[in-house]
Amino acid sequence: MDFLDIFLNANFWAASLRIATPLIFGVIGALVCERAGVLNLGIEGIFTAGAMAGWMAVWLGAGLWGGVAVAALAGAFFGLIHAILTVPLGLSQHVSGIGVTLFATSLSYFVYRTALPDVSSPPRIEPFKPLDIPGLSDLPFIGPALFQQTALTFLALFVVAATAFVLYRTPLGLAIRAVGDNPSAVESQGLSVYGIRIGAVVAGSALMALGGAFLTMSAFDAFFFGMVNGRGWICIALTVFASWRPGKALLGALLFGAFDAFQVRLQTDVGSFIPGQVFLMMPYILSIAALILVARKADYPRALLVPYFRGQR
Amino acid sequence: MIRFEPREPASLPRLILIPVAAALIALLLAALPISAAGVNVLEAYGLMGKGAFGSLFSFTEMLTRATPLILTGLAAALAFRAKLWNIGAEGQLYAGALAAVAVGTGWIDAPGVILLPLVVFAGALAGGAVMLGPTLLKTRLGVDEVVTTLLLNFVILLFVQMMLEGPMQDPMGMGWPQSEPILDQAILPKLMDRMRIHGGLIIALAAALAIHILLKRTVWGFEIRAVGENASAAAHAGLPVRATFIRVGLLSGALAGLAGVGEVAGLKGYLTADLSPGFGYSGIVVAMLAGLNPIGVVVAALFIASIFVGADSMSRATGVSNYLADLIVAMALISVLVSGLFLRFRIKFIRPHAAAASTQAASQETK
Amino acid sequence: MPSAPTVLQLDQITKRFGSFTANDAVSLSLKKGEILALLGENGAGKTTLMNILFGHYVADEGTVSVADRSSGALTELPPGQPHAALEAGVGMVHQHFTLAENLSALDNILLGTEPLFSARSARAKGRARLVDLMQRSGLTVDLDARISTLSVGEKQRVEILKALYRDARVLVLDEPTAVLTPQESDTLFETLKTLAAEGLAIIFISHKLDEVIASSDRIAVLRLGKLVADQPTAGSTKLQLAELMVGQTVTLSSRPEQAAGRVLLTLQGASAGDGRAAIHDIDLALNSGEILGIAGVSGNGQATLARLLSGLEPLRKGSLTLEERDLGRTLHGQSARTMIEAGFARIPEDRHKDGIVGAMSIAENLAIETIRAPQNQRFGFLKFGAIAERARAAIKAYDIRCQGERAAARLLSGGNIQKIVLARTLEANPKVVLAAQPSRGLDVGATADVHRRLLDARARGAGVILISEDLDELMRLSDRIAVIHRGRLGPAEATETLDRSTLGLRMAGHDHAADAGEAA
Repeated sequence: MDFLDIFLNANFWAASLRIATPLIFGVIGALVCERAGVLNLGIEGIFTAGAMAGWMAVWLGAGLWGGVAVAALAGAFFGLIHAILTVPLGLSQHVSGIGVTLFATSLSYFVYRTALPDVSSPPRIEPFKPLDIPGLSDLPFIGPALFQQTALTFLALFVVAATAFVLYRTPLGLAIRAVGDNPSAVESQGLSVYGIRIGAVVAGSALMALGGAFLTMSAFDAFFFGMVNGRGWICIALTVFASWRPGKALLGALLFGAFDAFQVRLQTDVGSFIPGQVFLMMPYILSIAALILVARKADYPRALLVPYFRGQR
Repeated sequence: MIRFEPREPASLPRLILIPVAAALIALLLAALPISAAGVNVLEAYGLMGKGAFGSLFSFTEMLTRATPLILTGLAAALAFRAKLWNIGAEGQLYAGALAAVAVGTGWIDAPGVILLPLVVFAGALAGGAVMLGPTLLKTRLGVDEVVTTLLLNFVILLFVQMMLEGPMQDPMGMGWPQSEPILDQAILPKLMDRMRIHGGLIIALAAALAIHILLKRTVWGFEIRAVGENASAAAHAGLPVRATFIRVGLLSGALAGLAGVGEVAGLKGYLTADLSPGFGYSGIVVAMLAGLNPIGVVVAALFIASIFVGADSMSRATGVSNYLADLIVAMALISVLVSGLFLRFRIKFIRPHAAAASTQAASQETK
Repeated sequence: MPSAPTVLQLDQITKRFGSFTANDAVSLSLKKGEILALLGENGAGKTTLMNILFGHYVADEGTVSVADRSSGALTELPPGQPHAALEAGVGMVHQHFTLAENLSALDNILLGTEPLFSARSARAKGRARLVDLMQRSGLTVDLDARISTLSVGEKQRVEILKALYRDARVLVLDEPTAVLTPQESDTLFETLKTLAAEGLAIIFISHKLDEVIASSDRIAVLRLGKLVADQPTAGSTKLQLAELMVGQTVTLSSRPEQAAGRVLLTLQGASAGDGRAAIHDIDLALNSGEILGIAGVSGNGQATLARLLSGLEPLRKGSLTLEERDLGRTLHGQSARTMIEAGFARIPEDRHKDGIVGAMSIAENLAIETIRAPQNQRFGFLKFGAIAERARAAIKAYDIRCQGERAAARLLSGGNIQKIVLARTLEANPKVVLAAQPSRGLDVGATADVHRRLLDARARGAGVILISEDLDELMRLSDRIAVIHRGRLGPAEATETLDRSTLGLRMAGHDHAADAGEAA
C-alpha cells in the first residue's frame, strides 16, 4: 500500500524533521515569551527579518555562523521593540505585535530591495550542508532520517533541551514561570518584573529569528518575498497546542512536519484529482484544528496579556 | 525614569493632535531609509506630496486607494471597540470580492437596479460569514480569534486561487488565473469622467457615518462599548455579551467584504489573486491612527492612502523601493501606539531616585 | 522591652497621590521582639505606609531606616527598591498574596533567593533549611504542593515562610486575619508571639479592635494619613481606640425589629460550579423583609453562590424558585438579564471588575442594566435626555460625589462606585437583594451608607442575602446567619442564638450535623 511506503521511507522522516525545524525555533521562542506573560505577534515579521538578515550577512561574506548570529541579533532588536512597548509601557500586546510584524517585514523588504534594486532572481548563497557523521549517517533508516539534517536542525533540538533545562531547573526559569503567572510574586521577592519579561521577550525573539534564518540558510539558499508565509502564526497556534511545554512543543512541531511531509507525498499520488491549493491550505487548517482541540483545557499562563505596573496588586 | 499619571478627560484637540503628531513622526523617521537609499530626503517628500495631491488625477487616485482602506479600517475599528481582535480583514476582503464576482458575472442576469445591490450584499454577507467562524469559536470554545483570523487569511487566499484556476476561471482569459468580468450593469458607477474613482467611496463614507451613529446613539453601540471596555461587568449587568460579539463579528467581516466588492465591482472589474496589497493589515493601522473612531477612520485612511500613492509615484521617479510606504505605515502604527500614552496619561520625567514612585494611579487607568 | 534595640525607624513619611495625602509626616519605630499593631480604618493610609516601607512606593518626603545586620546601627534604605528592603531584613505579607499559583510552595519561597544566572538551583539545601524553620516556628506546609491546591491559611503560611527564609527581622502583615476563621486567627497570633519571642519585630495592620488589643505590645493609630496615637497596648480600651480610629462617633445602623414575611426565594439541593469553588446541595429559604447572612472563609463557594444568584452560573442540579416561579431551569450562565427581570438586585463582590464599566460615564453605568427598557431607548436608539435626567436624580438621591453624570465612572472612589451600583440596583424596587461583600474596602462612612441601604430594602419587604467575611457586619445586620464551608451551606439560624466562636468553628468546618443533633 502507498501509505505504508510513505511512512517506511527514511526520506519522509528526513523531510518531516526538515519542515519542523523552523517551527521548533518559532514555537520555543513564542513559548519563552508567553511563559513570561507576553504574547509576541511580532513573530511573523521576526521570522522574515531573521531570514533576510541572516541571508544578507552571508551574502555579504559573514560566513554561515556569522549569518546565524546576525539573524539572532535582528530578532533580538525587534523583540526589544515589542518588549519596550508592552512591558514598561504596558501597551496592547496584540496591536504592538502586529505593529512589529508590519515593521520588521517592511523593513526587511525595503532593505533587500534597496541593496538589490534590479535583480529579478535573487542571488544564492552556499547554505548549510547536511552534517555527515561517518558511521552514524550510514545506519539504515535512522542514518538518513536524522543525519541528513544540517547543523541548524541540531541546534533547534539543542535549543529545546536547553530551554527545558533553563525553565525547569534553574533560578532564572523559575522566575520566568513565576512572572507569567503572578508578577507580584516576582516583585515581592526582590526581582525585577520588567527585567525578566524584557529579557524573555528579547531571547524568545532571537530564537524566532533563527527559524527564519533556517529558511534562507538551510531549507533554501536565497531570500524571497512572502517566504515565511504564515509560519509565525502557525507557531503561535502550536504554542497553545503544546501547553507551553518545550517537550510538547517539539512533539507538536514534529507532528506538524510529518503531516506536511505526508500531504506533499499524498499530493503526488492524488494530486490530479484534488487542486494543489487544498494541500497548501492544510497547515493553516490543521493549526486551527489544533487550537480547537485544546481550547477547552488550554492552561494559559495566568498573567498572559496582562500588563504589570509597579505598586499594583 | 518615567511615571504615568492618568489624564482625564482627553480633550478634543488632544485627541486630534496626538495621531497627527504620530503620523508626522512616522514621516520624519522615514527620512532615515530614504537617505539610506541615497536619495535627497526633501526631494523625496516633495515627490510624494505631488504624487498624492499634485493633480486632480493623483488626488482621485488617492481617494480611490483610500476607499478600501476606509472599509477595512472600519472593520478593525468596530471589532477592536468590542475587543474582538479581527486581524482577518484581508481574508474577508477576498471573500467579499469572490462573492461579488460569483454573483455579478452572469450567473444571475438581472437589471442593474437589482443586480448591483445583490452584488454588494453578497460581498458583505461573505465577509461576515468568514468572520462568523472565528467569532463563534471565541464565544463558544474560547479559541483565541487573533490566531484563527490570521490563519484564515491564508486559507481564503488559497481558496480564491483555487477558484480562479478552476471553476471560476475566465475561459476567455488566455489561461490567466482571473475571473470573468463583472457584468456592466453590476459595476459601481464612476464618480468622475476618465478617473478611476468609483461609487465604492460613497459606500465607504456612508458606512463610516452609519458605524459612527451605531456606536454613539444606539443600544447595540452601547452594548458594544460596554462589552469592549469591561466584558465582565457587561455580563453582570445582563448585556448580551455573546450576541454582541457575534453582531460585531458579522458587521466587521461585512465591512471588510465591502472593501473587496469595491475593488472588483468598482475598480478592477474582475478578480485576481493579487487584488489587495495588504488592505486588510493596513486597515488595522488606519483604525489605530483613528483612535478607533469611525469618522477618524476616514481621515486616517486618506493619510495612509496618500502615503501609498505618493510613495509609488516617488518610487517611480527616484528608484527608492515602494516598500517605503509599508515601512512608513508600520512606523505610524508604532508611533501612534506610543503617543497614545500621552493621551491617556500625563507623563512625567523624574529623577531616577524617585523613579520607582508608584504608577499605581496609572494601573487603575488600565484595569 | 524597653532595653531592646530599635530595628526599624520610619521618619516623617509623607506620600501624596495627586492632591490626596495618603501619609502625612508619619513617624514610627519598632524594637526587636516587639509586636506593633497598626490600626486604622480603610483609607487611613496603613497599606500605603507599609508599601513605602517595603519599597513598592517611594515617599515624597521622609526616610525609612533599618538596623544594619552586623553593626545594628540604623541605616537608611534606598527608596523604591523592594530588594533592598528584603536584603535589610524586611519581610511583607500582603493582603492579596503574592504567590505564583503554578509553582510549588518550595519554588515560591526559593524564588529570587539565588543568583538568577546560576546553572543549578540549590533546592536540597533550601528544603532542609525550610524543614528546620517549619519545625521551629510551627508553620507547616507541604512544600511540594502547587500553590493553587493550598487553602488560604496555608498560603499565608507560605508567605510568612518566604520572609523567614530570608532571615527577616521585621515582618509586616497586612490585614492578616481578613481571610481567616477566628480560630485560625488565634493560631496565627500564637505563632507570631513565638516568632517575636525569638527576636522578630512584627507589625500587623488591622482594623479589628479585639485582635489588636489581644495580640499586640503597642498600638499605632492612623487616621486620614496622620498618626494620631502611638501607645502601649496595656491600658488601651476598645472605646478609646475606636474614637481615635474614626475621629468622630459614627452611629452604626442597627437592625430594627421586624417580623419576617412569606418565603420569597428557595434553593433546594442546588449545585453549581466546579473545582474548589463549587457549591453542593444547597438548601436555602429567604423570606421577605429579612436579611440572611452567609458567613464563611473566603473561597468556600460564596463566589459561586453569588454568581448563581446573579445569573452568571448555570444550576447543575437542584432547583431555584422565586415566588413559585422556577428560575433554575432557565439559567444557563448568561442569564443575568433573567435574574434582573425577575426582581434580583445584585451587588457584586468585585465592584471595579463586575460593578462598573470604568471607561463609560456615570449615567451610562446607572442605565446599563435597563438599557433595553423603554425608558432608555426607542427603536434601538438611546434616549440621552431621559438617561441623563434619571442619572442626575440618582446622583442626588444617593449622594454620589462626582463632577456630573458625564464623568467616567472609574474616576470615582470605591464608596462612590458602590453608590452607583446601589442606585442602579435598588431603585428598581427589587424583591431579592444579593449583596456580596458589599462593604469590603470601604471607609466607615461609606460602609454605614451601604448598611443603611440594605436595611431600607429589608424594611421595604425585600429579602436580602448578605455574603460577608466580616462577622461583625453579619451579626449586626442579619436576622439569620448560615455558614458556608467547602461549598456546603449549613442551616440558617437566628443571629441571637449564635456567637462568634460557634460561627468560627463552623467556618472552619466543624460540622453542623453535630450542632443540629444537639439542638434536636
